[in-house]
Amino acid sequence: MRDERQATLREGLRILVRAMRDEPVILGIAVAGSAVYGFATVAAAEVIGRVTDRVVVPAFRDGETTTGALALAALAIMVTSLVKAAGIVVRRYFAGLGQYRLNARYRRAVSRQYLRLPLSWHHQHSTGKLLSNANADVEASFWPIAPLPFALGVVVMLVFALVSMFLADPWLALVGALLFPAILLLNFVYQRRLSPLATRAQALRAELSGVAHESFDGATVVKALGREAAETLRFGKVAGQLRDANAAVGRVRGAFDPMLDALPNLGVLAVLIIGSVRVADGSLPAGTLVQVAYLLTITAFPIRAIGFVLGELPRATVGWRRVQAVLDATGALPHGTARLTASGDGAAHLGLDDVGYSYVEGTPVLDGVHLDVEPGRTVAVVGSTGSGKSTLASLLVRLVDPVSGAVLLDGTDLRQLEPGQVAGAVSLVFQQPFIFEDSVRDNVTLGLPAPDDDVWAALRLAQGDRFVHELDGELDARIGERGATLSGGQRQRLALARALVRKPRLLVLDDATSAVDPEVERRILAGLRDAALPSTVVVVAYRRATIALADEVVYVEDGRVSARGTHTELLTTSPGYRDLITAYERDAAERAMARTDQENRS
Amino acid sequence: MSPAASPGSRLGDVRSGSAWATFRRGLALSPEITQGLTATLLLALVATAGRVVVPITVQQTIDGGLNATGGADLGYIRWMVGLAAAGVVVTVVAAYLMNRRIFRASEAGLATLRTKAFRHVHDLSVLTQDTERRGSLVSRVTSDVDTISQFVQWGGLIMLVSIGQLIIATVVMAVYSWQLTLLVWVCFLPLFLALRTFQRMLSAAYMVVRERVGGMLGAISESVVGAQAVRAYAVEGRTQQRIDDAVEAHRVSASRAQRLAATAFSTGEVVAGLANAAIVVVGVLLGVAGDITLGRMLAFLFLVTLFVAPVQVGTEVLSEAQNAIAGWRRVLGILDTPADVADPGENGVRLPRGPIDVRFECVSYAYPNGPTVLHEVDVAIARHTRVAVVGETGSGKTTFAKLLTRLMDPVRGRVLVDGADLRDVRFASLRERVVMVPQEGFLFDDTLAANLRYGKPEATDEELLLAVTELGLGEWLDSLPYGLETPVGQRGESLSAGERQLVALARAYLADPDLLVLDEATSAVDPATEVRLARALEGISRGRTSVTIAHRLSTAEAADEVFVFDRGRLVESGPHAELVEKGGVYAALHAAWISQSR
Ligand SMILES: Nc1ncnc2c1ncn2[C@@H]1O[C@H](COP(=O)(O)OP(=O)(O)OP(=O)(O)O)[C@@H](O)[C@H]1O
Ligand SMILES: Nc1ncnc2c1ncn2[C@@H]1O[C@H](COP(=O)(O)OP(=O)(O)OP(=O)(O)O)[C@@H](O)[C@H]1O
Ligand SMILES: [Mg+2]
Ligand SMILES: [Mg+2]
Repeated sequence: MRDERQATLREGLRILVRAMRDEPVILGIAVAGSAVYGFATVAAAEVIGRVTDRVVVPAFRDGETTTGALALAALAIMVTSLVKAAGIVVRRYFAGLGQYRLNARYRRAVSRQYLRLPLSWHHQHSTGKLLSNANADVEASFWPIAPLPFALGVVVMLVFALVSMFLADPWLALVGALLFPAILLLNFVYQRRLSPLATRAQALRAELSGVAHESFDGATVVKALGREAAETLRFGKVAGQLRDANAAVGRVRGAFDPMLDALPNLGVLAVLIIGSVRVADGSLPAGTLVQVAYLLTITAFPIRAIGFVLGELPRATVGWRRVQAVLDATGALPHGTARLTASGDGAAHLGLDDVGYSYVEGTPVLDGVHLDVEPGRTVAVVGSTGSGKSTLASLLVRLVDPVSGAVLLDGTDLRQLEPGQVAGAVSLVFQQPFIFEDSVRDNVTLGLPAPDDDVWAALRLAQGDRFVHELDGELDARIGERGATLSGGQRQRLALARALVRKPRLLVLDDATSAVDPEVERRILAGLRDAALPSTVVVVAYRRATIALADEVVYVEDGRVSARGTHTELLTTSPGYRDLITAYERDAAERAMARTDQENRS
Repeated sequence: MSPAASPGSRLGDVRSGSAWATFRRGLALSPEITQGLTATLLLALVATAGRVVVPITVQQTIDGGLNATGGADLGYIRWMVGLAAAGVVVTVVAAYLMNRRIFRASEAGLATLRTKAFRHVHDLSVLTQDTERRGSLVSRVTSDVDTISQFVQWGGLIMLVSIGQLIIATVVMAVYSWQLTLLVWVCFLPLFLALRTFQRMLSAAYMVVRERVGGMLGAISESVVGAQAVRAYAVEGRTQQRIDDAVEAHRVSASRAQRLAATAFSTGEVVAGLANAAIVVVGVLLGVAGDITLGRMLAFLFLVTLFVAPVQVGTEVLSEAQNAIAGWRRVLGILDTPADVADPGENGVRLPRGPIDVRFECVSYAYPNGPTVLHEVDVAIARHTRVAVVGETGSGKTTFAKLLTRLMDPVRGRVLVDGADLRDVRFASLRERVVMVPQEGFLFDDTLAANLRYGKPEATDEELLLAVTELGLGEWLDSLPYGLETPVGQRGESLSAGERQLVALARAYLADPDLLVLDEATSAVDPATEVRLARALEGISRGRTSVTIAHRLSTAEAADEVFVFDRGRLVESGPHAELVEKGGVYAALHAAWISQSR
């Protein structure tokens, strides 16, 4: 997979450049703050050195000092530390600001893609992965932005530090000139060793979360089949791998961190050895020795900021690749500019012209489907399980585009309509309703500015008003994730109301009453008929009563329309249709016969 | 970070118990963390002691070397520095060994904790599972545990080393000069005391951030999980607006927290400057009075740097500690939530295999905080009987099925299988004998074969094919492009709704239970296939007992006995013909069905 490719330094740096380009002002301020901090750090060591030479050493030597000298020394130390602190505040605050702005910017961009990309794209990506693209991966991409200004400021600091050391004493500067590159080198080796391990741990973390998500999603099945132990084993295996991967990360971190801590200390020791020789022979004041030693001590920590950035780059690169894959994804359904001018509010005319569709290339699910539904007519689509009815329904609301042929609304190809036109005219009630985690009202209106009266009217028509009245808060009652606290039939009726409240010109019902008992279904159908909706209706159904509502029946067999006509016509002309639709009667009859047989025999 | 708790969550309370109690219980559940702790602490001691090597060497170089009585003693300095270098190396080794132990122990302990919590989620009743967002459950075994591991390996470690560092630095300082030591502490003490306040402000700010993360994830997930609905109703604009608002709210809260953190971080620097200035002033005065040597005074400047890091990161470490405790609480919250439908385990009854009979004795049920939805159901199902359960939507059929398969326990009364109270039957035995197929057949993102095998992992391909053929689905299987190897997609979404149900049914059938409970398991399947399936099941299920919930009354017509539910009561029961004659609820329902299906 592309994700798992080794992260390269160059790729990582490119993210940093992009971030700087996206937020030049804010990150610029942070870098400036950091540079001030770097400068002040070196200045602080200079001040300590000078104070040592001019105030401290003379005082200890001579046994006397002046208030003026002391006050000046104290002031100098305080001023440098205040400047340093100000640098820190500016650096950290603006770096954070920049990081969060970038996160927000790309989260918005990613979610825009989610809303723009076609369903076929969604089908190819797991929910968990898409959620982590928008959350964890965006965050990982811009994680190095927080320490970035710090690291850039450190570069400034190192330059100043070397200059300051050279001015102080070339021999001691040599220590710095060797030490700083050594620290950078060690950092670099560290990150090289760490990054594949960290990348692996990150991938395992995602995998673990995926396993947990799926397992909890299917919790009822797990329970029903008593597979808790097997699931725990599956989870435990990945958890074990993650444990080992993290421990491997720990071994590297555990080795390099102390070494990085130790290097500056060894530097100070080297300064002491070399410096003391030079102090002893009088070519160096003691204060300068203190200054350089102090400088190495206080720069030890900031230098690691470069390591913080380098260390986060591999994770950032992997995260950014995933984010970019989403941002670069193409294939949104293109829209045209046409509008549905015809008859305004009246029922729509629906046409399917030689429509073909396939999910997997080479295995068409629909093939050469022709259909022509006059405004106001009701057509029942009947077909066996897996024959392509839901696929057909999703073509009508343009969830997908046909591979061949065209779907026409009022004679216009859906692809030529401008955004919002199709959904404004057509409502589909899914076979499996999706309930938003929201109030009943919002689940029905989905933001449509409909007065409560209309919502109730739609619920009444969907036979859902009674149970909503019984909910605590009625229209304001909140429904949990995926409507878990509602019974199957209740969910379906809510979804039906959602379509009805829109008074669509074309209403598509995909087996929308399968979880509703016959009595309630009868009332729903009667209601729909009496309401005389200004709609053309396409209904996927098996039940006679539903089919009886239809002016015409379309029988789909293996992705093709194999027969069409009225119910009665089809009963005689299409054996497949007859077999399907009369299955219950035949079954009942056969059973009755068997029973009489048995009774006769005994 | 975990999404905010779901409304009506029934999991253990997040805020309960003191931090210390949480910590102790957490450690008790991950014994690996504390194994060999003494050795680790000893290593930590050595590693920490190494931090004062440099300041001491500075002091020795100046006082014992450069300012030695009788002129500079370079030999002494070489000797001291050599010793110090050895000390630094020892420190590195000790720190490495300590890190290794801490990483290994904490990872091992937390992997155990994760796995225990994961298992416990599955042991919770469906009801408890359903009150919780899936994402929130997932985060309890993933990111919440990560916050603990991050703390143990970063913040906790820093805390440990910082405290040791402060103590050792103070000891060395005290040896050098008690006056200056006092001075340094006077400078830093207010800051140490203020840390708690800073941290409280910061964690309040982070709490807001966490809540906003939850809101943001919720909003984004709508655009993913509800992709179909969003498109069909063209509510992209509304969804995007919600996402944008949530993202912006999160950004604002995170930036606010950052401002606090930056300020808190910088105060350490200011105080260090103050301390240095004070050391110089007082140190020089002491030096003039002859109370301190030059080397010792200068060593203080180095020792003060050991105070800066702990205060600088102190607030962050404390916040992290608090996050870790909160994470730990959430994980423990799972483990502390009683598995209200518990496995009696070893003490439980094992049911021998064979035909099963069931009795409901005055069973009532109410969902938590809800009205009674099942009233005093008293009914028996004899061996080999095929029962059909019918009734209006919301009348309690699914509830009945869940009680029958012990996905829930009755509030009053009991359910007996083969004379044994369901609550006393071992799960291993129960799940082998009683299997339910729910309406929405959940499939795992794998091949068809893998899904079928879920109920019987050892089944061979031949057995799978045989089962599919026995159910009369051979033709359907042949029509799939890759047969048994067809990938079914996430939640089975690459199959049609009816096909998903077929797979779920075949999966349960393969598990070969003695009591098969079907809750609208074929509601999306076409009539011809449904009849074929029903017949096939009858043919093979002669030896078993079955309970079928269906809105298509063809099932009831074919059943040995029909149970009719109405508003939570079992109002009628008996054979189809009898009930039709009786002219009650069932007769009306059946009439509606006939009028619609014929
Ligand atoms: N998890 C739950 N929490 C609270 N109430 C619930 C829950 N599940 C179901 N209910 C309520 O309990 C009652 C009975 O529901 P149940 O699911 O048993 O009905 P059903 O007969 O199976 O209906 P359907 O035919 O629609 O599936 C309903 O009023 C329903 O709203
Ligand atoms: N996302 C997908 N990827 C691949 N194949 C798919 C996908 N969705 C559906 N199919 C296949 O396309 C065929 C038609 O599916 P569709 O959902 O349209 O059937 P249907 O007539 O609605 O069936 P049902 O009556 O069961 O609802 C099925 O064989 C199914 O396996
Ligand atoms: Mg379908
Ligand atoms: Mg139900």
